[in-house]
Amino acid sequence: MLKKSKNRFGNLGYIFKVMFARKVVIFGSIIIGVFFLIAVAAPWLAPYDPLEQNLRATLQPPSRIHLLGTDELGRDTLSRLIYGARISLLVAIVVVIIAGGSGTIMGLIAGYFGGLTNTIIMRITDALMALPPIVLMLAISAVIGGGLKSILFSVGIVLAPTYCRLMCGQILTLKQSDFIIAANVLGANDVRIIIRHLLPNAFPPLIVLLTINLGTAIMFEATLSFLGIGIKPPTPSWGSMVMEGYRFLVKNPVISFAPGIAISLLVLGFNLVGDGLRDALDPRLRGTI
Amino acid sequence: MNPFLDNKILEVKNLKMYFPITRGLLRKVVGLIKAVDNVSFEINRGEIFGLVGESGCGKTTIARCILKIYNPTEGKIFFEGNDITILTKSELRSMRKKIQLIFQDPYSSLDPRQSVGSIVGEPLKIHRLYEKENDYKNKIKELFLMVGLNPEMTNRYPHEFSGGQRQRIGIARALSCGPSFIVCDEPISALDVSIQAQIINLLLELKEKMGLTYLFISHDLSVVRYISNRIAIMYLGHIVEITDSEELYKNPLHPYTQALLSAVPIPDPYKERQRERIILKGDVPSLLNPPSGCPFHPRCWKAKEECYKEIPILRQVSSNHQVACLQV
Amino acid sequence: MDRCSLKPILEVKNLKVHFNTINGVVRAVDGISYYINEQEIVGLVGESGCGKSVSQLSILQLIQVPPGEIVDGEIFFEGMDLLKLKPYSDEMRSIRGGKISMIFQDVMTSLNPLLTIGQQLIEMLELHLRLNREKAKKRAIELLELVGIPDAKIRIDDYPHQFSGGMRQRVMIAMALSCNPKLVIADEPTTAVDVTTQAQLLEIMKDMVTRFKSSLVIVTHNLGIVARYTHRIYVMYAGKIVESGTSDEIFYLPRHPYTIALLGSVPRLDESHPRRLSPIWGLPPNLMDEIPGCAFRHRCLYAAQCENKSLPELKEVSPGHYVRCHLDIIKKDHEPFFRQQDIRS
Repeated sequence: MLKKSKNRFGNLGYIFKVMFARKVVIFGSIIIGVFFLIAVAAPWLAPYDPLEQNLRATLQPPSRIHLLGTDELGRDTLSRLIYGARISLLVAIVVVIIAGGSGTIMGLIAGYFGGLTNTIIMRITDALMALPPIVLMLAISAVIGGGLKSILFSVGIVLAPTYCRLMCGQILTLKQSDFIIAANVLGANDVRIIIRHLLPNAFPPLIVLLTINLGTAIMFEATLSFLGIGIKPPTPSWGSMVMEGYRFLVKNPVISFAPGIAISLLVLGFNLVGDGLRDALDPRLRGTI
Repeated sequence: MNPFLDNKILEVKNLKMYFPITRGLLRKVVGLIKAVDNVSFEINRGEIFGLVGESGCGKTTIARCILKIYNPTEGKIFFEGNDITILTKSELRSMRKKIQLIFQDPYSSLDPRQSVGSIVGEPLKIHRLYEKENDYKNKIKELFLMVGLNPEMTNRYPHEFSGGQRQRIGIARALSCGPSFIVCDEPISALDVSIQAQIINLLLELKEKMGLTYLFISHDLSVVRYISNRIAIMYLGHIVEITDSEELYKNPLHPYTQALLSAVPIPDPYKERQRERIILKGDVPSLLNPPSGCPFHPRCWKAKEECYKEIPILRQVSSNHQVACLQV
Repeated sequence: MDRCSLKPILEVKNLKVHFNTINGVVRAVDGISYYINEQEIVGLVGESGCGKSVSQLSILQLIQVPPGEIVDGEIFFEGMDLLKLKPYSDEMRSIRGGKISMIFQDVMTSLNPLLTIGQQLIEMLELHLRLNREKAKKRAIELLELVGIPDAKIRIDDYPHQFSGGMRQRVMIAMALSCNPKLVIADEPTTAVDVTTQAQLLEIMKDMVTRFKSSLVIVTHNLGIVARYTHRIYVMYAGKIVESGTSDEIFYLPRHPYTIALLGSVPRLDESHPRRLSPIWGLPPNLMDEIPGCAFRHRCLYAAQCENKSLPELKEVSPGHYVRCHLDIIKKDHEPFFRQQDIRS
């Protein structure tokens, strides 16, 4: 009988071991790692200033001076791509923190206190989830104007309900667990139960959602920028680069393709790692119950 | 003669716990689940009181009412003379130090993300029962030793222990704030047969050492008979018989008790071949649709007309024997 | 006990089943051999993790491969070695449910919730007994009546969720016996039900098995059940059979320290407090470790007398009674066992 079934929950070492046993997960993490490094080391990596225009060398194909060519204003595509990574990763991380944070807290309150509070919060969540995300983001941007601020807020609002739902569901299930009842019987107050017992146990599925949402956030940022309400030019963002290169797809497809491929790769990376994390956490959880 | 008389630690009087069934958005009440229906009993200080019944009989619900996890629909519960159905917040807190609970499932009753030392010590922190950090650590080590666990293991996590060990951790946790009354809710049902005996012995030892009183809830009559001084048999939310364990086995009066005793297999082939067997017909009725009159009458071979109409009340038939049956 | 013939219908030889997990290889069944006679009721007793359920699932090749793996052994049934058949072959399919059927512990997951029980029963009857729809339905109703389901003609069109737990288990029993199997394997059939329901179900099982002249294997940890119903018992520990014999021999003349300790550690309804329960100290071994000698050594009360560190073989200590032990233990009645309490480590 497996008496010491090693590290069923919460031991990072084991989770990593299971995750990285799969090649796809290693592949995904390498992608993320590479992009991260690129973003951090942008000033040292980029051959040119991404905002520097050179009107004598517009729409150049890839060459030795400009590895990915230039765009319609003569700016070096590669440098813009590299700096664009910063924006994408920044947006991804900040949005996910905002969405995750607010969604989680709302879900926690709804789940723990139940009753009318639960009904109100969950109905609002349902309403937000019922709207197509792009429509919602457009609407919000229309109200508060475009730009980075708008992206962070609108993408955050679109992503938050999922966390709220997930957290609420987790809390509702956990509330029935024996160890929560035990905490009650021992005399613990609500705060103690929430912080010490509910949160640490409700977290694992949220972590998976967080990693996958990093990719989603990047997609949304790109979409908004493509639609013209996201990052305003001349700041390079992958989405706006795709939009700007849209007109020149025949002449110089690299301008759109390069950021497009970058977006796909990074989202793929996050998804692979997120999948790997979910698989590492899930079957073991199922098996132990 | 009952040596524990005159020293009642718990008195349950006419306890009723009804759960409403609601339908629709406006939560209209369409029915009631009468999980516990007019139950009364007493437990004396220092005794082990067994509460036996099959699933759905209400024994766990009674435990939860006593522990104030549920608020009873009706009835009174007196603990050490005080009515605990009406308590202020601070009175509730201090009551929690005196009445504790041991769970059935050693796997779900411990927080998987807490070290076992911190699980056992949590009541000490909640009720601020120590002054210095050292006192806290020493108390935890003491508790570990008391339940037969290695005190060097306080930093480990629950999943690193076996079922029996986790149950010991649960027991240590229940003991940490020095309770006088412990509700044991099927504490050994989820354990292997050879480990069950370890825990039973531990519970008996601790009772002697610390002067505890137990309410021992189980569906396993062999274990309950072994460990309890007195036993109450429950069926569909009612107590049908209360007496001491010897008397229950030698002279069961209620037909359900007789059927229950006959259904328990004894590990002795010869005895099994000789035994009279009562096989009940049908299933336990649903709590949503309980039978009229005596809850047991549809399956009872002694049932007569009055049993359909009247709900029998628990009455004293001898100095230490109560039965709820119209045919006795 | 009722007499049964001495002709074996199932013979298992040296069955070994391993599970390849990320932490190592679990030797769930480590070389067991046993047989079942015609119309016999045999008990397979042991605690969780001893390999009893895995061994029975292997007979019908219901083990998930991977991570499971039937490493060795032969299972002879009707002249064939079942392990030579592929799990999804037609022959294996016709045996499962037809000639050898199983009753599981967890009724919730054993019945298809989307089909009526009538459909499930009829499907089996059509498949194995090649009855036409009408005859199959008639027999299905008969079977449901035999297991005591009231208003069987109407209830045959109900779905599993419309039955209570005890009734569902009766349906399972009806299904298991529907095709006149030679062998029924009941894997902890009553662990999840109440005591009175357990009594009902076991009586029904015994009735049905006698009526259809099948053999029955009851896999359980409940010594009381095996005392009541079985002719012979096999006791398993850590993947091996440690003792076997008639049920009278096992209960009144147990020879293996584990069996003796087990019998001493369960409270009996007909005894009161004076006899102290003697628990078995320590924990069952981790089946991932290779245990060179006797797996019960570190929990055995007679270990001090046992100098032989090798793996004991099964010895016949009296006709039909086999024990896997180096010592010749004969426990005297009411011999108490007391040992200093160990500290868990």
